[in-house]
Amino acid sequence: MRNVFLFIRRHFNFLFFLVLQIISLSFLFRFNKFHEAAFLNVSTEITGRINERYNNIEYYFQLKKTNESLVQENLRLRQQLKENFEGPDSMRRLIHDTVRADSHSVLKYVIMEAKVVSNTTSQQANYLTIHRGFAQGVRPNMGVTGPQGIVGSVVNVSKNFATVQSVLHYQFRVVAKLKHNNETGTIQWDGQGPLFVTMKNIPRSVKVEKGDTVLTTQISSLFPANLMIGTVAEIVPDNSSNFYTLKVRLATNFGTIEYVYVIDNLQYDEQKMLEDSTRKKIQ
Amino acid sequence: MSELLKNTIRFILFILVQVFILFKMPPLHRFVTPYLYYLFILWLPFNLSRMSITFIGFFFGLSLDYFTKTPGLHAAACTLIAYVRPFVIGLLISQEGADKNYVAPSIVSMGWAPYATYVLVLTLLHHSYLVLLEWMNFGSLVYFLGKVIASTAISLLLILLTELLFFRKQKFRTNTI
Repeated sequence: MRNVFLFIRRHFNFLFFLVLQIISLSFLFRFNKFHEAAFLNVSTEITGRINERYNNIEYYFQLKKTNESLVQENLRLRQQLKENFEGPDSMRRLIHDTVRADSHSVLKYVIMEAKVVSNTTSQQANYLTIHRGFAQGVRPNMGVTGPQGIVGSVVNVSKNFATVQSVLHYQFRVVAKLKHNNETGTIQWDGQGPLFVTMKNIPRSVKVEKGDTVLTTQISSLFPANLMIGTVAEIVPDNSSNFYTLKVRLATNFGTIEYVYVIDNLQYDEQKMLEDSTRKKIQ
Repeated sequence: MSELLKNTIRFILFILVQVFILFKMPPLHRFVTPYLYYLFILWLPFNLSRMSITFIGFFFGLSLDYFTKTPGLHAAACTLIAYVRPFVIGLLISQEGADKNYVAPSIVSMGWAPYATYVLVLTLLHHSYLVLLEWMNFGSLVYFLGKVIASTAISLLLILLTELLFFRKQKFRTNTI
């Protein structure tokens, strides 16, 4: 027993160093799985406030670009208005039947706007911090999209701030489809710069061309269908398999992002519960 | 200004510069991540005990981690270099006794060549460990080597600039007074 104490006293510095290493590594590896270790809720609140101060200044330098992207988005939405479309037959008029829409369809997605207070693109694990937390109704596993295209998904929430796992994160995955033939594949980031992501599992029998639009699908429980992700920039045939790997140029410019929309899927819990209970039943 | 106050201000400044300037810059290449923040650990005074210096390293790294949302990544690397620091200093200035006559490691107190070696060794150690942790779930051997070398080069450049811009005057203290 005495020797044990002597050993500890003699190598106290080294043991202390080992303990700190173990603490930091356990933070690191548990965090990647659960996103809730290491007092992150408290710290998000504090770092969020500092980031907000900084963003208040930085925001003015981005105003022009932010404004432009919002105008572009408005333009796109206005283009889709019913009034813009006119049938060749002026005697008939298309009347939108609101009764049908009200009684048969259920509101599934609620959209909230949020200000981005912090954003990185230079790491391998990039996160954004947005100025909305559980007090404003944000919870983990909500999709986040920007004016131009998708941005990421919420992983952690404090009272007034939320952490968003960016598309530019090596663990981010989302199901996507090609617009012209609805062929689905998985989007993930390869870490090679903030402009491109890769799309995998597109069969080689499918016709793909450069410039094809890539959209979200309703299969992903994070996003509603048909949100913009990007356009195909390069087609890489994977010779060892029957699939293409597509290089997709992201629609979102992560360098200048200022406002995002948080998408609350109202049926997320129900869907998740059903899927989990099914998995349990099968086992 | 007392050493404690000076180092507290440095602590805050290094974190802010790293988070709001160096991490915000659009990356030149995916291998090039400009790290400067750990210079705080290299500039800590000589007379700290080994335990406290290890703990300061851990706490400093963890503070940065909370900004980048990667708890433990920078903390692990900083703890490592803070722990190794006294050994490297002991090797490099063993016979001059500069650690008694000066406050902190610098070009003036250690001499040009030993100080450069000291910075190079700890930078390499910090970057290798940091990239190794990142590499475990991401990337290939080319990624590992490329990123360590490119980031070390850019960090050394940044440290050189910082040393030239903020030249630290060091008084020679004797124990005869």
